[in-house]
Amino acid sequence: MPELGEVLEGKEICICAGSGGVGKTTTSAAIATGMAASGLKVCVLTIDPAKRLADSLGLEELGNEARRIDPALFERQGVEMEGELWAMMLDPKATFDELIARQAPDEESRDRVLENRIYQQISNALAGSQEYMAMEKLFELHTEGDYDLLVLDTPPTRNALDFLDAPKRLTQFIEGRSLRVFMRPTGLAAKVAGRGTSVALGVLKRIVGFDLLADLAEFFNAFSGMIDGFQARAKRVNKLLGDPSTCFLVVCGPQGDPIDEAVYFHRKLVEAKLPFGGVIVNKVHYPAEKLRGDAVDLPAALAEKLEDADLAQRVAANFSDYQALAERDARNIDHLASELRASGVIRVPYLDEDVHDLAGLAEINRYLFATGEERVAMAAGRA
Amino acid sequence: MPVPDLLDKRLVIVTGKGGVGKTTVAVALGQRAAAEGKRTIVCEVASQENASRIFDHTAVGFHEVEMEENLWSISIDPDESMREYVLLQLKVRAMRDLLFRSRIFNYLAAATPGLKELVTIGKIWELAQLDRKVKQGRKYDLVIVDAPATGHGVGFLETPRTFAAIARVGPIHSQAQRLDAFITDQEQTGTAIVALPEEMPVNETAALEKDLRDEVGVAVDRIYLNGLYPERFSKPECARLTRLAEAEQGSVRAAARAALSEHERARSQRAQLARLRRRVEAPVKTLPFLFEPELGPEAARRLSRRLS
Repeated sequence: MPELGEVLEGKEICICAGSGGVGKTTTSAAIATGMAASGLKVCVLTIDPAKRLADSLGLEELGNEARRIDPALFERQGVEMEGELWAMMLDPKATFDELIARQAPDEESRDRVLENRIYQQISNALAGSQEYMAMEKLFELHTEGDYDLLVLDTPPTRNALDFLDAPKRLTQFIEGRSLRVFMRPTGLAAKVAGRGTSVALGVLKRIVGFDLLADLAEFFNAFSGMIDGFQARAKRVNKLLGDPSTCFLVVCGPQGDPIDEAVYFHRKLVEAKLPFGGVIVNKVHYPAEKLRGDAVDLPAALAEKLEDADLAQRVAANFSDYQALAERDARNIDHLASELRASGVIRVPYLDEDVHDLAGLAEINRYLFATGEERVAMAAGRA
Repeated sequence: MPVPDLLDKRLVIVTGKGGVGKTTVAVALGQRAAAEGKRTIVCEVASQENASRIFDHTAVGFHEVEMEENLWSISIDPDESMREYVLLQLKVRAMRDLLFRSRIFNYLAAATPGLKELVTIGKIWELAQLDRKVKQGRKYDLVIVDAPATGHGVGFLETPRTFAAIARVGPIHSQAQRLDAFITDQEQTGTAIVALPEEMPVNETAALEKDLRDEVGVAVDRIYLNGLYPERFSKPECARLTRLAEAEQGSVRAAARAALSEHERARSQRAQLARLRRRVEAPVKTLPFLFEPELGPEAARRLSRRLS
């Protein structure tokens, strides 16, 4: 794989996707840091309210407004900032409210939606709405054009694909023929109010309750004026995602399940004709590859050097445990690389220290932006 | 009245962020309960099928499948749950057919926010009933749920409460209220969070415990800190290994370095364990890191012995 700096050359949007617990937030922050260090004005966005990004950037908290990270913080870690690094945390509810305000034909329709109790739920809870709002904010920031590069840390969905489907699912929900059926004067709202004689509706009322049904009807009605606007916007968002200036990076761990998900996600990106940049595998147990041919009887050699058979035995057992994990990781990554064919894999080693601060970020950053040979040398220095 | 022990409840919810080993812990808890003679079912939600991976990829669908003695598994599909719910509500066949064919029903079933989560929790509740609603339903002593990863986790458990509020009156209101009462009843429902001994997962676990308490009204019974490395080496031993790593080459050096790395990680994990204990109210139990390439039923079983 070419180095990450080359992959991201000329890109305006970098989307880091992957399942939860694989170090996506740290990776996003490290990528943004590396690109800002090289002279770009970069903004890294997260939707995760878990404060992960703020923590890893050494900030108390982040809000819906972008904040510039003090370059002095990085200089202390040996990272020279030639450009600017900004960070923000998206507030999906606020973003959704803004979107409604923009799409509503008038104030009355806007308020009808914003005050509807179903809307208040959907804007927080509807599966996919967070993901959709991340895309929405990304689109807005890209249109405003204040940054050279936007790096998106996608929400921690269990299934990385939820995120790709989000715009589609949300628009399906508010668009479509079925919804329009209910918007007609003889549609659901009118029927719920009692003028309709549908037997099915009567049954439905019985199991759902009139009250809830009326709220739902009101909600779908309130949305009716905005369908076209939503559709048009979703189309533009999708176009941006497929643009050659966008780059999807898949982040995963070296275990079997995350690797399987990365393979699957790559396939889906290709199918959807979305620009795939590469895979970053975090927390890799680097194998001591050269040692495989080393015929030394390790427990005996250790016992001789240490003059302590018990300690030698524990050191050997630990090493063999570690090697087993390293071999698994190597197998999984080979499988990943063969699935992706020409496209490459960047491995970031499992570091001794838990990565959660700027020092850790700077170290991850050095691995990510190294050339292939440099990375091998750095990892060999550790192993 | 003392709160019953975790596995003596009717329902145990296993939650936590993604990638922490929730499924393995849920299966291990199931094996533990089954070994104690309890008829136990492990439920997955949102079509994850992770438990079936542990059980050697035996496909688990929307059926109660026996995996081992006393241990069943089911993957709860929201659409199937919805169908089942309607079947139970409407005894007259003609009415059901009418509803299933009706566009309004199909549209609302697909489009109503949160409905999938609600019917999923409804199915979990149904499984936990001694008087099963489903015809010839098996009676379980314990139902264990492998909950969706957090971020969505609190939202998922909050669904009944939300629906009870949205539908002020009527059947959905009363059913949602019953579900909410069930999952917030400490006598019947227990909650365990699975965490990892790292800085951010520890922070998130503390935040999750607080959100569950404040927003859902659920008190966490236990936190499992998963993946703890053994402390294989003492400090003086590490000093010797450092000297060895400097003096030697080849595999002796690599082995000494691997030991030093492990010592570092084990130490940093102990610090995180101490931090977690300071920050949470629920008791914290540790589970060992399993040095194996992929986790199968045997690995889960070894964990299950550590779950007492």
